[in-house]
Amino acid sequence: MSAPLLQLTEVTKSFGGIHALSAVTSGVPEGKIVGIIGPNGAGKTTLFNVITGAYRADSGAVRLNGAALNGLPSHRIAREGIARTFQNIRLFPSMTVWEHLLVVQPHGEAWWRRLLPVGWGDPAAQVRAEEVMEFFGLTDLRDRPAKSLPYGLQRRVEMARALTARPKLLLLDEPVAGMNHDEAEEVRQLMLKLRATGLTILLIEHDMNFVMRLCDYLYVLDFGVLIAEGTPSEVRTNSRVLDAYLGKDE
Amino acid sequence: MSTYYASLFAEAGILLLGALSVYIILATGQLSLGNAAFMAIGAYLSSYLTVVVGMPVTAALIVSAIAAGIIGVIVGFPALRLKGIYLAMATLGFGEMIRSFFINFPAMGGSGGFHGMAHISVGYIWAWAGGILVVLIVVERSRVWLEMQAVHDDETAAGLVGLNTVAIKVSAFGIGAAVAAVSGGLFAHHHVYIEPANFGFERSIDFVLATILGGSTLGLGSLIGAILLVFLPEFLRPIADWRLAAFGTLLILVLLVRRQGIVDRTLLRGLTFRKAAS
Repeated sequence: MSAPLLQLTEVTKSFGGIHALSAVTSGVPEGKIVGIIGPNGAGKTTLFNVITGAYRADSGAVRLNGAALNGLPSHRIAREGIARTFQNIRLFPSMTVWEHLLVVQPHGEAWWRRLLPVGWGDPAAQVRAEEVMEFFGLTDLRDRPAKSLPYGLQRRVEMARALTARPKLLLLDEPVAGMNHDEAEEVRQLMLKLRATGLTILLIEHDMNFVMRLCDYLYVLDFGVLIAEGTPSEVRTNSRVLDAYLGKDE
Repeated sequence: MSTYYASLFAEAGILLLGALSVYIILATGQLSLGNAAFMAIGAYLSSYLTVVVGMPVTAALIVSAIAAGIIGVIVGFPALRLKGIYLAMATLGFGEMIRSFFINFPAMGGSGGFHGMAHISVGYIWAWAGGILVVLIVVERSRVWLEMQAVHDDETAAGLVGLNTVAIKVSAFGIGAAVAAVSGGLFAHHHVYIEPANFGFERSIDFVLATILGGSTLGLGSLIGAILLVFLPEFLRPIADWRLAAFGTLLILVLLVRRQGIVDRTLLRGLTFRKAAS
């Protein structure tokens, strides 16, 4: 296997005296679905925030395809090819589903064309938005305000928004939280289809059944420290992971 | 048209541009309470250019708009580190700063004011106001506007999906400043006399009021707000001394019933639907 798409080296982040992340080193290989699991407060979302530039790491390096991302503002990191969703859904309240997909199109268009009504602009942008909308089954909802949709569909809009920009790496923060079994299964199928197109996915999830059946590789965080990694079956039987989740026998 | 109504229409056109200048900045989620300052810059600079330099008024307006736009961007960078009420306070301070600058600027008449401008027609004022409104209504349907809306709705999320939020906010500030400057230039050449007191805090508040009252989610809202703000007190004249109180009451009522202002997208869609059905 060649160098991973995303490489984290000794990433450390503290808030005051709390070590949210202690020297985390991990890699996400291209075309794989990698999961991060761990108890609440383990630093999973902090890790996402460091990768996407919402927080700045105290030390350590984040590299995408070998290029350092540390210190770049978050919009530059997004344009380098990292898109994300949020644990607490963050859609734009004033926008319809369709508008969510138009607003994040990659910037290739001439500036004056971006000032014209969307219908007169770059047709490629609209084709892409249609494509993603279709993929997530949102076509019939295109003109609905995204915030008015049921929770599960809002999560889909968020994923669709992230995907429209054609990222290399998709970060999903609890993609099936609050979904029932059938909805989660649908999302799992979508993820597998995305992997088949060559997309790399890094996700945080508490639903162990979902994680174990979807991910190719897992990292386990506990109190900001990487305590285990491996394939789902390796992690499932790792004693340190069981201790972290269930508590240690004294 | 009587000169009385003509002058009301001229005021409405000038106020429309002021309201739009607030609206453009508000579209990215920033509240500016200092746009009268940009109006003052436009008024003084364009008057200087037509009276002293001898430039035609259209050229003077364009130059003033560009100059105010650049000042807007320069002010925008530090100001946009502030959010919400703190930004509002900072812009308010900027407004007072510019007003007192002109009071103490003898080259342009200081507190005594400046005159000598050639009078412009109502039609000329509305050519500018209408033109800028139409351009804005077109841009409201564009990708750039969606990006501004994204910054307005959730700045952090907008950044994380790849939008350069600083550039978007600073540009909006610059464009807003330029539009306010055009409003000021038209004001100066309509009244043919300007003094610093014309561009005080109340002027900035008028702009914000027109935007909020008419509808702060559409450029068309500023048009409705500006017309109401100028004409309503006139129509209320029969109740004499009570008209401003009545006007204030109406304003509060509208905002209680329709917080988004008189027009919004839903209303507009409803109207076009009905038209299509009939």
